[in-house]
Order: sequence, then C-alpha cells, then structure tokens
Amino acid sequence: MVGTRAATQSQQAQTMTSSTQAHRKKLEVKDLSIRYGDFTALSGVTLDIREREIFGVIGPANSGKTSFLTAINRMDAMSADMHVNGQILFDGVDAAKWRNLYSLRRRIGVVFPLPVGLPMTIYDNVAMAPRLAGIKEKAELDLIVERCLTRAALWDEVKDRLTSLGSLLSGGQQQRLTISRALSQDPELLMLDEFSIAVDPVTTMRIEDVLQELRSEMTIILVTNLVQQAHRLADRTAFFLNGRCVEIGETEAMFNGQVQDPMTLDYIEGRFG
Amino acid sequence: MSHIYSITPLNELNHRKDKLLRLLFLMMIVTLIVPVLIILGTLIYKGGSMISMEFLFTFPKNGMTAGGIFPALLGTIWLVAVALLVSVPLGVAAAIYLSEYALDNWLTRLINICIINLAGVPSIVHALHGFGAFVIFAKMGTSILAAGLTLAIMTMPVVIVATKESLQSVPHAFRVACWNMGATRWQTIRRVVLPNATSGILTGIILEVSRTVGETAPIMFTGAAFFLPFLPEGIFDQTMALSLHLFVVATQVPGVPDALPYGVALVLIGMVLILNSLSIAFRIYLRNKKKW
Repeated sequence: MVGTRAATQSQQAQTMTSSTQAHRKKLEVKDLSIRYGDFTALSGVTLDIREREIFGVIGPANSGKTSFLTAINRMDAMSADMHVNGQILFDGVDAAKWRNLYSLRRRIGVVFPLPVGLPMTIYDNVAMAPRLAGIKEKAELDLIVERCLTRAALWDEVKDRLTSLGSLLSGGQQQRLTISRALSQDPELLMLDEFSIAVDPVTTMRIEDVLQELRSEMTIILVTNLVQQAHRLADRTAFFLNGRCVEIGETEAMFNGQVQDPMTLDYIEGRFG
Repeated sequence: MSHIYSITPLNELNHRKDKLLRLLFLMMIVTLIVPVLIILGTLIYKGGSMISMEFLFTFPKNGMTAGGIFPALLGTIWLVAVALLVSVPLGVAAAIYLSEYALDNWLTRLINICIINLAGVPSIVHALHGFGAFVIFAKMGTSILAAGLTLAIMTMPVVIVATKESLQSVPHAFRVACWNMGATRWQTIRRVVLPNATSGILTGIILEVSRTVGETAPIMFTGAAFFLPFLPEGIFDQTMALSLHLFVVATQVPGVPDALPYGVALVLIGMVLILNSLSIAFRIYLRNKKKW
C-alpha cells in the first residue's frame, strides 16, 4: 500500500512540472483563530499552503506558531480548553467536518521540538503507524522500517540494534527517529515544530538535507526558531507575531528586504526576537 | 580580611543544625520501626513453634483448641480471589477512564471526591452495607460471594488510585506523539500507556491484597463463619477466614493453648509480608527496567 502510494506520487511529480499545477493548494486557512480558555493564541490568520512546497513559519516565542500546527491536525479535539474558529481546508475538505479525525492525522506527520522516542524498540517505533494502518506482514514492515530510517539518516547508526529501546537513544538520534516515525505514516503533509531546538548543529544539518530530499514528495510546514533555517529551506515564509500573521512572502524576496511590514525585517535581521 | 569562600560562624551554625535535624529524623523513623520489630519478634518467639505442615493443612480439633487452620487459610484465599476478580477489572477500568478519557469538569471532580470518600469509609460501615446490600437485598445470604464483594468495594479505591497514578506517570508527550500518528485514545492506551504502567498497577494490586487478607469486620456479617467442619465448595457457601479465626481463638474460645493464637497471627502476618515483599520486588524490577 505504501509502495503504491509512493509510486503514484512520483508519477504525479513528473506530470506536475507545469507551474499552474505546482501551485495547487494543499491547505487553505481562512480567518483562523485559536483560543485557550480566555487566552487568544492566534487570531485572523488567512493563508494558503501549496502542494509540495516548504512553507516556513518564523516568529518569536508565544506568537502562535505551535498552536497553528495543532489546529491543522485537529489536536484541539483531544483537549477541553482549546477552541478553534475559522476554516482549514485540507485538500479542499474542511478539517472541522472531517468524518474521521484519525484518518486526517494519519496523512499528517508531526515532529516536535523535543524528541519523543516512544518507550518501545526502535523497530516498533517506526512500525507503529503502519501497524495502526493495518499492515501486519513482517516483510512489508521490515521494508518500511528500513526505508524510513534510511530517509531520516538514522539507518546506519541503528541497523544493528533495532530491538533496543527508542527512548534511550541520544537526543539527536531520537529526533531522527521521530522523523522516521512521521515518514512511516507516508504523510502528504509533514509539520516540523522547531525540530532543531534540542539537536546538535551536525544533526540539524543532516535533517535539513533530509528535508531538501523530501520536498519533491510532500508538503512541508517548517516552524522554526532559526531565521536562517527558514532562509535555507523555505520556498515561502510567514512571519507570526503576537498571535497574528504579519506577512507572507517568497523567502528570497523577504530576506532581500522586500517586506510589507518593517517589523518583519527587524525580526529577520535580529533586532528583536 | 575574609575570603568570600571562608567558613563563617553562620555556616558553622547551619552545618550543626543540619546534623542535629538529621539525627532527629533518624530517631523518629527508628521509633516507628521498633513496634513493628517487637510485634514480629513476639509472634515468632511465641508462635513460631506452632508452624508446621500439619498446622497449615489440617482442620481445627477439640473445639478449636488444637489442630490446624486449613479451612481458615483456604477461606481467606477464596475471599481474596473473589474480591480481586471484582475490584481489579472495575478499578482499572475506572482509573483508565479518569486518567485517559475524563475531561476536567464537575462530573470528574465529583467522581474523584466519591473515590476519596469511599476510601475513608470505616470498615464496619462497609460491613453493614455489605450485609444490607448483598446478604439481604441481593439474597446472596452469608456467603463467600457476599463477603468478597464487600471486600471488593472496600479496596476498590486503592486499586483506582494506584492505577491512576501509574497511568499518569507515563509522560504525556508519548500520548501526544501517538495521537499525532492517528492513533485513537484506546490504541494509545493499549500500545503505549498500559504496557508502561503494568508494574505500577501490579504493585497497587498486591498492596490491595495484603490489606484484604487482614480485614475482619467486613466479612464477619457477610460470609465468614465462627467454625465450619467442612471446606467451602463454591462461592455461595460460607467459609472460615484467618482474620476472624484469630479473633475467635484469641477471645471467644476457652482453653486454647497460648501458642495457638500467636501461630495464627504469624501465618496472617507472614502472608502480608510475603505479598509486600513481592510488591517491593516489583518496584525494584520497575526501576531497573526504566524505559525513559
């Protein structure tokens, strides 16, 4: 199942060379507001995320970046005090009206700021999502595990100890394990939330290389605390500040100083943050 | 001129105060341990001679002034088994609901208050409730079933609290990671939360057992008998029980040799100690298998 999906995706990638198709919208966010009890984390955000782009989100702490991701995969349904207003269209379908949230979340891979190695073997960590999707055959699982660990640049380090605990790997390895787990879902959308916060610079660069490879296959939302990381990776970047989306632009242009709001430039150039 | 790292009189005073407090706290724990050692020592000294295979596996004789304690020992095992069969599934399910599903609202708070109050109800009140509800109203008669159910209700809060705590000791980030992968709450509980809480839950259950073994009041009215010349054949029979048997041979029967009650008490305490040691062993096993 995973293999066939990957194959059709690469076919699509070949046919989608024309610019009109490349700009197909993966996600349309309309007037999104997020509130925790009385605290408003995000308000009035409207933006589109295109199919197979890396969409960077930058902004200082408490600007609503994480809440934005949380709303996209409908984690508000798991918490009593998170309230989402506005509309999020995933492939044109309203996420709020999605019949089965679990099937929505299976299409979205998430990587957290702090690595989360689940307290099970490395193999089981990566095989969990496929198992949840109903894959039982050992041979098929083996393939997925090897493929996903390889893609996350972790295979060579762990191939001889797949049965040791994933939660006991080093921080940088756990973060790559988290990425392989996200990839094992065969996601259409990959959301990374400040993935480099607890990771050494070398691992950060390795993961950035991984993302460069993945960009041709899936849509990526990269929330980052490192402005330069957005510059290196993102096609387009949004700047969030105090729960508002200040502006969205082509990353190159933005970093060349073509901004609508001087605040954006101040942040990019490190005058506040 | 004094260096900033030199020892001042205040440092000295604090140091001495700390040593004194350490000694004080040590003395308190010793004071607590002494009665336990005295009880155990007395029991072994006075009742140790009673313990034999014959004592454990034969019936009482001569109006309970001689012979063994087999029916009481077996009865206690029956009662504990029935109590566990009821309280563990119910208690664990309740704890899973409270820890994993319940939202923080008035209903959850009400349930929590009820559990705390249930834990605080005196055992004699549980006994009378069991008598009214199970023996009379549900027409079970005085039986192992009625007594076991009474014990189950009494010890359920222990299971719920212990299970809830060990479920909540599993980091929340693990759950969020699973939900993000598209796992349902139950799949998350099944695959990640429960496997990592099992040892803690078992520890709680064993502590519950050791408490159940010693309870006397709740079973007196509901299923435990003064003396029975035969063994129970099913859960609708009455039974003897160790705790009640101890009360009986110690106070109710004339002419019992001194060593006999001590022997019964030693067996009772021995059962509790063995179970508690198991629970401690589980905790050590848990520490060594730490997974994060």
